[in-house]
Amino acid sequence: MRLLTHNMLSCNIKGVADGFPLRLEAEKWAEKEVELNPDFLRHIFPKIEWKALAGAAQVVGYGELPDEADATMLDSDDFLRRFHHALLEIHVEEGALVCPDTGRRFPINKGIPNMLLHEDEV
Amino acid sequence: GASIPWRASLMKLSRTAKIGLVSCHPEVYEPCDDSFALVDALLADREHLIEHRPRLCMELGCGSGYVISSLAIMLGELGCGVHYFATDINPDAAQVTRETLEAHGLHAEVISTDIASGLQKRLAGMIDVVVVNPPYVPTPEEEVGCKGITASWAGGENGRTVIDRIFPIADELLSEKGWLYMVTLTANNPTQVCRMMKEKGYASRIVVQRSTEEESLHVIKFWRDGVITNSAEGSDSWF
Repeated sequence: MRLLTHNMLSCNIKGVADGFPLRLEAEKWAEKEVELNPDFLRHIFPKIEWKALAGAAQVVGYGELPDEADATMLDSDDFLRRFHHALLEIHVEEGALVCPDTGRRFPINKGIPNMLLHEDEV
Repeated sequence: GASIPWRASLMKLSRTAKIGLVSCHPEVYEPCDDSFALVDALLADREHLIEHRPRLCMELGCGSGYVISSLAIMLGELGCGVHYFATDINPDAAQVTRETLEAHGLHAEVISTDIASGLQKRLAGMIDVVVVNPPYVPTPEEEVGCKGITASWAGGENGRTVIDRIFPIADELLSEKGWLYMVTLTANNPTQVCRMMKEKGYASRIVVQRSTEEESLHVIKFWRDGVITNSAEGSDSWF
């Protein structure tokens, strides 16, 4: 699971209004190089909740993202490299996503988050 | 003369996932006629898809991973400008999809979830291509969403129970220029499906129609009517 996906997931339990961001717990992660595509990064940037991305990156030991970001920073190659690395090159293999409202844990096994709900949560 | 069709079929082969590399599991639906029909529809529309320049593509109900892998292969020339999500309600299928992708040297973000639950809020309006081979087989209602492989085919009354849940979710996920490709069976009443989608503002076109001994399949493409596409499709809506 890339941090891109962490940024797009929210708690889906019925009645939870916000459920975002899910708190990332990472036991095992890997880094895999991906070719940087500035066009994709510029397109996706307005949709990214920056604090959630920076927070998740911290969890997996990547502290190179600024605390805040705005679109003017997309002109910087250095910023694009950091954004790209955090968003697409870090893969969480084992861990969990924890709902900020309910504390419900969604496990991540073999890189796949499991968002399936129990009957009483739907 | 004879070498040209052979080359053409070789070209086509290299644009889809290789069956020998598709991972399997007793509880996961293997690539079948409907999967091949969907991939053939995507192949038939491949040039449009390339021109469409999708940035995010998503498969709902990815099963073995054959379809999402094939899509990633046929859009390979778009390189790292396009990223993929794949979901399945069956965790074994999610795992098998990951294995199939890895065997092809591809990547998609795979999530075990019911359709797009947990993703649809944040991904709303962001997906440029949604592909679905839904559970379309008419079955008793209680078989819908059962554990294991049953969830891959059990479609409830007229095979429409899951299909009718998917449409509003796909509508939410699709970007303004987004395209949806869905497999349906004659028993699902595709004419009525298209009429229903037309009321929501979608035009539609049958991309592939295929009859086997057991079933007649349609792969239907939907797009928001009035949105200028990069082809002449705006004018050839099914209705």
